[in-house]
Order: sequence, then structure tokens, then C-alpha cells
Amino acid sequence: MTALELAPPAEIQQFGRGQYTGMMARTFLALMVRDVMVLRKTAFAFILRTAMQPFLLVFVFGYVLPKIGQGPQRFADVLLPGLIGTAIIFQGIQAVALPLVQEFGYTKEIEDRVLAPLPVWGVALEKITVGALQAVLAALVVFPFVYLIPAKRPDITFDWINLIIILLLACFVSGSLGLAIGTAFSPRQVPLIFSVIVIPVTFLGCVYYPWDNLHTIPWLKVAVLINPLVYVSEGLRGSLTPQYGHMNWIAVYAGILVALVSFTYLGLRGFEKRVVA
Amino acid sequence: MLALQMHNAKPLSMPVTAGGAIPDAAGGAIIRTAGLTKQYGDGRGVLAVDHLDLEVRRGEIFGLLGPNGAGKTTTIGMLTTRVKPSGGAAYLGSIDIARHPAMAKRYIGVVTQQNTLDRSLSVSENLYYHGLYFGMSAHAAHQRTAELLDLFLLKDRAQSEVDQLSGGMAQRLMIARALVHDPLVLFLDEPTSGIDPQTRLALWDIIRELNQRGHTILLTTHYMEEAEQLCDRIAIMDHGKILANDTAENLKRSIDAETIIELRVEGDVAPTIAAVRASAGVRSVEQTDGMLRIFTGEDSGIVANIVAAATSAGAQIRDLSVKPPTLENVFIQLTGRELRE
Repeated sequence: MTALELAPPAEIQQFGRGQYTGMMARTFLALMVRDVMVLRKTAFAFILRTAMQPFLLVFVFGYVLPKIGQGPQRFADVLLPGLIGTAIIFQGIQAVALPLVQEFGYTKEIEDRVLAPLPVWGVALEKITVGALQAVLAALVVFPFVYLIPAKRPDITFDWINLIIILLLACFVSGSLGLAIGTAFSPRQVPLIFSVIVIPVTFLGCVYYPWDNLHTIPWLKVAVLINPLVYVSEGLRGSLTPQYGHMNWIAVYAGILVALVSFTYLGLRGFEKRVVA
Repeated sequence: MLALQMHNAKPLSMPVTAGGAIPDAAGGAIIRTAGLTKQYGDGRGVLAVDHLDLEVRRGEIFGLLGPNGAGKTTTIGMLTTRVKPSGGAAYLGSIDIARHPAMAKRYIGVVTQQNTLDRSLSVSENLYYHGLYFGMSAHAAHQRTAELLDLFLLKDRAQSEVDQLSGGMAQRLMIARALVHDPLVLFLDEPTSGIDPQTRLALWDIIRELNQRGHTILLTTHYMEEAEQLCDRIAIMDHGKILANDTAENLKRSIDAETIIELRVEGDVAPTIAAVRASAGVRSVEQTDGMLRIFTGEDSGIVANIVAAATSAGAQIRDLSVKPPTLENVFIQLTGRELRE
């Protein structure tokens, strides 16, 4: 080693409550800055993985099929809120759950952040927040695709207040779902996450049909209520394409809030269990 | 109103002293544990650490020496907030570690056995972001990063991906990262495990130099020579308990011998043991599978006496060595088995 001087070790200091909270906030922000920087490094991959599926769906169902005279002409109107909802909810799994599964399972990279001077739940909350942020970005990335690609421009109106509240809540649902899944599965179970969670949630998430239209299959109409994506799709439908009908607002908000609270609880508890023996 | 609130705001009930620094800061204990216990599972699980009373003094290198599974890593886990004790208490200065983990984390640097470098970040970013986590300004973190890259000879690799580092470099970077925020205590869990001998020597130099700069270091190891070379005090640990805790010199002194003669013989060892035990200068004899360990005083002439005694008892001597007592001997005496498995 060279003869450079290192400062002597720190001393334990006394902190007032305000000062202490300020320090925690700084650490929280620093963790966010790290995640955003990593996201920036991988921006291209982010856009690809986020946009590919909705792009293909809207291209085939909203452009190709209407052009060749197959399928409903205005299907893109139904798809638009549904695909934005899907992009939001699955961003949590992509951005939070999959990396966490790897970090807990193999790389143990999370260690340094767990040792940052923040309570463990604070580190977990940062994961949710960063997942939510990526979900917002996912919604913004997906919107031009689902709006511009269809053969017939979707007929949308903006109910801004509901739209913004639903978007924000849905993004946090996504982050907390990601945390809950990321702390519950081992790397070997990743394929299971897709077959058991991602695929059923999408197909039964009122993405391709408004919930109300399920009245002809009453048992299904009730069964899908367990799926958080249903409330997100219906909420977005209510604020973007209300002409196709949507679930009652109270039910939408209740469903989203229940999902948010339960996933956050499961996620925080799961995280604590995984990092503190 | 604001001033009143500030006045009434209760300071947190953790590190509370008037002047800022804790009273026992100079030369006193920086880590204390009392009855610290960890039982995994619900009551019936493994007792990994069993009522540990430990004191690490400021400025020393303290070593936990023991075989794998002795409870060293669990002990470090409890001291670094990663393992919740099932009983007892551990303090860092005046901070109760289990009750105020976020506060304790601020003052410790941890190097785990596994490589936990952030693979999404470059070498220098690993240091820089660590600094930000600990509340440093961007400027201070940059400066500190440059300093540490220099100090740990990683400047040329500053922009590398951490995946491209050799084992020794990765270990240096892990130690550098643990130092970014100037921790009061640096924890090194098996710092040279699985590392080639040359790199091990280099790491020993780093550890010594950090200690000279005033860092208190707590390390675990299952290498005797590492404990002996580096540590001011050593706690020998087995089955979750500390069996002895002293300087290497004193630990070795606890063995009643100046010289240990190891004798490997063939055939029935019982008559040989009897004959050797009766020789002048022999204090005691231990036996582990075909190997006799003969504890003696001064060695002048004694080897010849022992060889003569063993030969006259009909022993076929296959190997003989004369050594001063080692920590290995201390360990065998304490546990009845060898440290190396």
C-alpha cells in the first residue's frame, strides 16, 4: 500500500431525532440513485423487454387482424388500458422480483445495501419505490405503441384525476408484488413464476375483455376478482375508455388498495426474513 | 414554536453522551457481548452460539479462531446486525446492536466470506455508491473513492467490471469498500479463506497497516498461523463457546511445556508411552493416532533421552520433530481434537 493518509475512524455521535431521520432519508435516496443509475445503464434492454410483448399484441390484434378482415375492428380500444396495466404490473416482477431472486440465491450483491445505515424495512421500501418508478416508465414506454400502432386510432378520453391516482397506486402495487415474489422464490423456481403467476394473471386480468362482459360466465366473473391486474385494467379502462364500461370505482380502488397493503406486508416481511437470520 | 419543538424533541435513546464521543472510547472496549446466544429454529434448533461473553478493545486486532461450524460467522452475524440473537446482548460502544441495527451499521465495516460486490457497478462505483449510502456528499465520496483505489492498488482497474477482478483484487475491493465510511470496527470473516499464499501475505500486510492507522479489527479464521501472525488477542471457539481468550503468547504459555516433541512410531504405542513418560524432563504425553506429543521443558539433550527410551521400549520411530508449542496444541488441549479437519 502507498503512504497515503486515511482519515482516522469515526466516533460514535449523538443524533437528534430530526437529524437521524434526515440521515435515513439520505441513505434511502442514495439507494434510489444507485438503482436509477443502473437502470440508465440498461435503458435499451429496459425498453426492449417492456415494449416487445405489448408491441406484438397490439400489432397483431390491433393492426394485422383488422387489416386482413379478421377479429373485432375496435379491439385495440379494449387492449389499450389492459396492455398498459399489464406493463405496469409485470414491470414489478421484471425490475424487482427477478433481480432479487438472483441476489438472494447466488450473487448476494444485496448484502452491501442491506448493510447501509437504514432499517431493513427501509431497504425493502426502497426496492418497492424503485419498482414503482420503473412501472411508471413502463406505462410511458408502452403508451405510444398501443396508441399509434392500431389500424384505427383508439378512441380515448382522459379522466386525469382517476388516471393519475390509478397509475400511481398500480405502480406501487407492482413494486410491492415484485418484492413479495422476489423474496418468496428461489432461482430454480423462476420458470414457475412465469407459468404460475405471470401467464394466468395476464390472461385472466381483464386485459383482453372488460370485466363486465364476463357476466355470461358468472363463476369466472367472481373468480378473477382475486387477480390484482383486474382492478388495474378496469381502473385504467374507466379513466381512458369509459365507453366500454368498467368496474365500479369503489371496487376498483378497494381492490387496488387491498393488493397494495397485502403485497407490501408480504414483501417487507419476506425481505426481513431473507436478510436477517 | 419551531424552537420549542426542537427543544422538546427527545434525542434517540441510543448513543447518548454530552460531548458526542462515547466515554469508553479511548482504549476501552468497543464491542461487548453478554450472554450472547443464537439458536436457529424454534427452541430445538442448533445452538450456534452459546452464551458468549466477549470484549473487543479499541485499536486491537481480535481474532475468533475455530473450526468450521464453531459459531464464528454467526457471532459476526449478530455483531453486524445480520443475525438476530435469541438471547443476551451485544453492544457497539453504547449502541445496543440488536435494538438499533440501523445506528450500529453506520459505524461498522463488514467483509463477508462471499464476494458481495455489486456486479451492476464498476470497481470505482462500488466504492462511490457505498459512500453515498453512508451519507457522504458526491464530492466527498469521489475523493474517498480515489484515495482508496490508490491505497488498495486498484486505480488501474477503476472502470473495470467487478466480474473481471481476480480473487485477490476482489477481496481488496471488498475491504476498501468496507472502509469508505471510516468504520469504528472492521469485521473480516475468513478474510484469506480460499486465497493463494502470496495474496494472503499481501492481505495480512493490509490488515496490519489498517490496524496501525487506528482501525479496530475483528476477524475470524480457521488458520492458526493467521491468528498468530495478526491478532493481538485470540478467542478460541468451538461448539458456540469460547474456550480460551488471550494473547497468542499467553495461550501458548497455558500449555505446560517449552518444547513439544512429536514422535511417530509404528506398532503398539503403549510401552513406548510408558517408557517416554518416565524419561527425565518429560512433563506429559498425549497420543493421537500413532502420533505421540511429548511435552517437555528445555530441550537440551532431551531428544536423545526420548529416542533412547522409545527404542528400548521396542518402538520403530518413523518420524520425529521438535517444535515450540503452537495454537494448534492449545486447541487440541482444549477440545481433544485437531483444528485442521
